[in-house]
Amino acid sequence: MTKPTSAARTARTLALSDSRWAYAFISPMLVGYTLFVLLPIAATLVISLTDWSLISKPSWVGLDNYRALFQDGEFYVVVRNTLYFTALLLPSNLAVCLGLAWLLKDRFRGVGLFRTAVFTPVVTSVVVWGIVWKYIFQTDNGIINVALRMIGVQGPHWLFTSALAIPIVAFVTLVKGLGMNMVILIGAMQDVPAFYYEAARLDGASGWRQFRSITLPLIAPSIFLVTIMTVIGSLKVFGQIYSLTGGGPGNSSYVFVYYIYQQAFRFYEFGYASAISAILFLIILILTLAQWNVRKKWVYHEA
Amino acid sequence: MKHKAHRPIRKALRTVGKYALCTAVAVIMLAPFYWMVTTSLKSYSKVLLFPPQFWPDPLVWQNYADLFGMQPFLLYMWNSVYIALLVCAGVILFSSLAGYAFAKIRFRGSSALFLVILSGMMMPVEITTIPLFLALSQLRIAESHFPLIVPQIFGYGGAFGTFLMRQFFLTIPDELVEAAKIDGCSQPGIFRRIMMPMATTAVATLLIFTFLQNWNEFFLPLIYLSSSKLYTIPLALSLFTTENGVQWHLIMAAATVSTLPVLIVFFLAQRKFIESLSMTGIK
Repeated sequence: MTKPTSAARTARTLALSDSRWAYAFISPMLVGYTLFVLLPIAATLVISLTDWSLISKPSWVGLDNYRALFQDGEFYVVVRNTLYFTALLLPSNLAVCLGLAWLLKDRFRGVGLFRTAVFTPVVTSVVVWGIVWKYIFQTDNGIINVALRMIGVQGPHWLFTSALAIPIVAFVTLVKGLGMNMVILIGAMQDVPAFYYEAARLDGASGWRQFRSITLPLIAPSIFLVTIMTVIGSLKVFGQIYSLTGGGPGNSSYVFVYYIYQQAFRFYEFGYASAISAILFLIILILTLAQWNVRKKWVYHEA
Repeated sequence: MKHKAHRPIRKALRTVGKYALCTAVAVIMLAPFYWMVTTSLKSYSKVLLFPPQFWPDPLVWQNYADLFGMQPFLLYMWNSVYIALLVCAGVILFSSLAGYAFAKIRFRGSSALFLVILSGMMMPVEITTIPLFLALSQLRIAESHFPLIVPQIFGYGGAFGTFLMRQFFLTIPDELVEAAKIDGCSQPGIFRRIMMPMATTAVATLLIFTFLQNWNEFFLPLIYLSSSKLYTIPLALSLFTTENGVQWHLIMAAATVSTLPVLIVFFLAQRKFIESLSMTGIK
């Protein structure tokens, strides 16, 4: 046997044992993922086709749950509230985060401190954050109404006013999430080559003009990412609602996940709740695929 | 010429304006925390005082003693700590293994399998909850900490961890692996003796991130736990406030105790933490 073939054979057996190890290394994650994520998602879709509640045995009902959903007045309230919440959160979030990122993107003395301050609510639990704001928005002793009373104004019953419930939750969510989005946008802004700005300055472009004509187009992919993340986050909002308003007053702050929680774990209507979950899953899937596609296009475009 | 003479002044004004704006932002962001901590140090009657006290007088440290005197509170803390740590251990072990394989070993189907695991980052836990709840109820382990620990290792946490560790292992030169192989080191040996010791920063980031996520987790405990001896801190906190006759000073003390450790760790590690998050956010 000649030397090269033996070497090639050794290399091949080595590669073979290598790939065996690779499968061994990824298998715990893969098995767990299949068991606790993929199978449950498939199961949700199946359960959504059954009538499954605490008292009755599960029975096959086809698309009945979805038909019922479209005749459920409360579900329309849920959809409307979620859309309203997203419509309030998305533009304000983009505007404030772009402003903050622009303000804090450069290195200057103390910038770390300011960035950390903006980021602090991100690491705080949604329950603590909700409770603190619930305290701040109390009608009688909340600091906002107390401050208003000191200047002689009678403040509103914030959390007990239907029209204010969603705006308050949107505001509280906005402040909590600013840091995360700001960090992404700062990263993108720092990747913009400095000579673009130098050239613009030589041409006499103002700060606003530089922001609009250089920064905005060049960080568009990150803006898109933040947009999708905010929309998905809006669809999943729950903890804030639970601790701030409890869905109320009435059903004025019912949103997607809150309704799933209520139908599944308060009324034990598992089939019906699964149908809502399936719709939520579909929307998030579409948004995620859109994001991947657009991002891929942009990446090629940049290269 | 005149225009030029004004330049330093304008620049100075600009700097002052910038700092004023930054300070205002920081004050607004931190005000809720200030209000939380100061309220936790007030006596019950001072909480309701008008005009309000912006600095508690007297400082009532007794609130914290009362809080820990309420027997179950320590138990809730312990539940939260050990659940979060177990999830961290699982996530770090399994996603380092998977991340290393995806980064440094060529094998059939590697990129497809990576995409499958990555898609876990997009799957909201709310969508998988109903069947898991039903299945675990059948197995009679729904009313336990199992559903807060094991599924959490493989969902979003595991997907994010695998991604983060793969990104890190990609930065290690292939020559190192090749050299170790020539020296007769097996794959588990390379992983344990060469890769993991180099990965301490990535592991620390993952540890902090996973701990935070699970320390703060609310939806799952709310659904699974009904017996109070199993409660975690966020669940206990949310139930405090729905009771009648809310004792805000004690609730704020509990909120402070549950937030402070996390904030301290975050302030110590914030630069690395924010950097690595922004890295994974964009690329």
